[in-house]
Amino acid sequence: MSDQLYQDRIVALAKAKTGAGKLAAPTKSARRDNPLCGDRVTIDVRLDDKGHIAEIAHQVRGCLLCQASASALSSIAVGRDKAGIETIRHDAERAIGREQGEAAEPFAAFTPVKSHKSRQECVLLPFEALAEALS
Amino acid sequence: MSFNVAAVRWQFPILSEIIDGQPVHYLDNGASAQTPDVVLDAVRAYETTGRANVLRGVHRLAERATEAYENARIEVATFLGVAPLEVVFTGGCTAAINLVAYSYGALLKPGDRILLSELEHHSNIVPWQLLRSRTGIELDMIPVTVEGRIDLDALPRLLTPRTRLISLAHVSNVTGALLDIRAVVALAKTIGAKVMLDGAQRAPHGPLDLPALGVDFYAFAGHKAYGPNGVGVLWAKAELLEAMPPFHGGGSMIGRVTFAETTFAPPPRRFEAGTPPIGQAIGLGAACKWMRGLDWTAAHAHEMALVQRLMDGLQKIDGTQILGPASLQSRYPVVSFMLDGVHPHDVAQTLDSFGVAVRAGHHCCQPLMDRFDIDGTTRVSMAPYNDNTDIDALLGGVQHAARTLR
Repeated sequence: MSDQLYQDRIVALAKAKTGAGKLAAPTKSARRDNPLCGDRVTIDVRLDDKGHIAEIAHQVRGCLLCQASASALSSIAVGRDKAGIETIRHDAERAIGREQGEAAEPFAAFTPVKSHKSRQECVLLPFEALAEALS
Repeated sequence: MSFNVAAVRWQFPILSEIIDGQPVHYLDNGASAQTPDVVLDAVRAYETTGRANVLRGVHRLAERATEAYENARIEVATFLGVAPLEVVFTGGCTAAINLVAYSYGALLKPGDRILLSELEHHSNIVPWQLLRSRTGIELDMIPVTVEGRIDLDALPRLLTPRTRLISLAHVSNVTGALLDIRAVVALAKTIGAKVMLDGAQRAPHGPLDLPALGVDFYAFAGHKAYGPNGVGVLWAKAELLEAMPPFHGGGSMIGRVTFAETTFAPPPRRFEAGTPPIGQAIGLGAACKWMRGLDWTAAHAHEMALVQRLMDGLQKIDGTQILGPASLQSRYPVVSFMLDGVHPHDVAQTLDSFGVAVRAGHHCCQPLMDRFDIDGTTRVSMAPYNDNTDIDALLGGVQHAARTLR
């Protein structure tokens, strides 16, 4: 073996399945597909009066990286608005090496994805779905 | 039957490379095969001793290039058991199918029907959908059995008097199932429909006798058949090529051009507009010659022994499920599987860390994935140069993924 992509922290995030499932009464939902690999993420959000996320749930038909990312995102999304989610996205982009700088937790766990360009979209797909739900 | 796999491996330089400290266990041949020295040598000889455009020049390099290009056509024709003038060089297998969809499609009328199957590669679906949008033809679809075979029992009821063409994969790029062509051709003949085969996954496994198969069109890719990228082949019966209008317009495909009117060259030139992929075609000719030099009875037995080893090994790993025929009968060395609780991309990524190259995902067969309600598979596709160490490395990687990722 020559690789450590699937480090314990990423596997743990995926297995935690934080926010996995559906919301009974979402304010908005969005689905995004990655046509290259077939990954699919559906995100439900319930928004409060000010447009902040009060509840979030996700369904992922995709790889472990996509599941881990959706789980990590769900764990810190509540209370944030569109701008707040953008901030987290920058963390994810930094973790996978698309932006300069240190990534904050929980997305710091994704730094092993830096050297796997073909898998970086897997990490970002939940953000794409959530951005659409918040648009 | 003995097969000297070491002697075959030796001819493929990449197989003795050490990459990131690991040997190359290349089991992604269905996506693109590796290429032997004889092909590299042929391309290099063209590039270094005969590089020029074909057909038009009178200087000696042009004559060399033209001769090598036309010799490649003869090699491909011999490999397929057909006449050289029925062989059209294209940019690839997809380009070959698109050529038929456009040019043969131009002969069809609204309401004419084309029959495909549920396991087709997108390249044998989308060109026909584009044709449908342009001309108003109709498409029908043969379902797939639980074993991942085209369900030929359904074929009679799907044929109509308006069915003009049946276009199917010779070998599935997902399940490895070999099509029973005789049954298809026999039924097609009853209504006068043409038969086209997408041979992308069959051509890399030895010479063909297309006239004996009784089909009308055959397409395959150079890079999957140990040749270069950027070249493919369309074979069609002479009378069909003769009747078909051009696909692309440009140089080389014309008879005479005036602003009032253009006449077209006879086939195959009519379908090779512009400068063709010359070096690539020459390389493909060398690949076809190389394939003809192999003992395919022994090579196929070797490949299928690898399939057996693989399937036996996978079945010992808890939670694996093979998508495709369980027996070795009427199948080729393409094996897809799922590992319960682990996404195919994570299986493939783990295998990469073991130096094993496979393909994961929908394999450009989303309708087939929908048929089985799965996101994708991990696909192992073999060539004669694969050996037991490749399979064992793969099985070790799958076991590791099963242990660590679920």
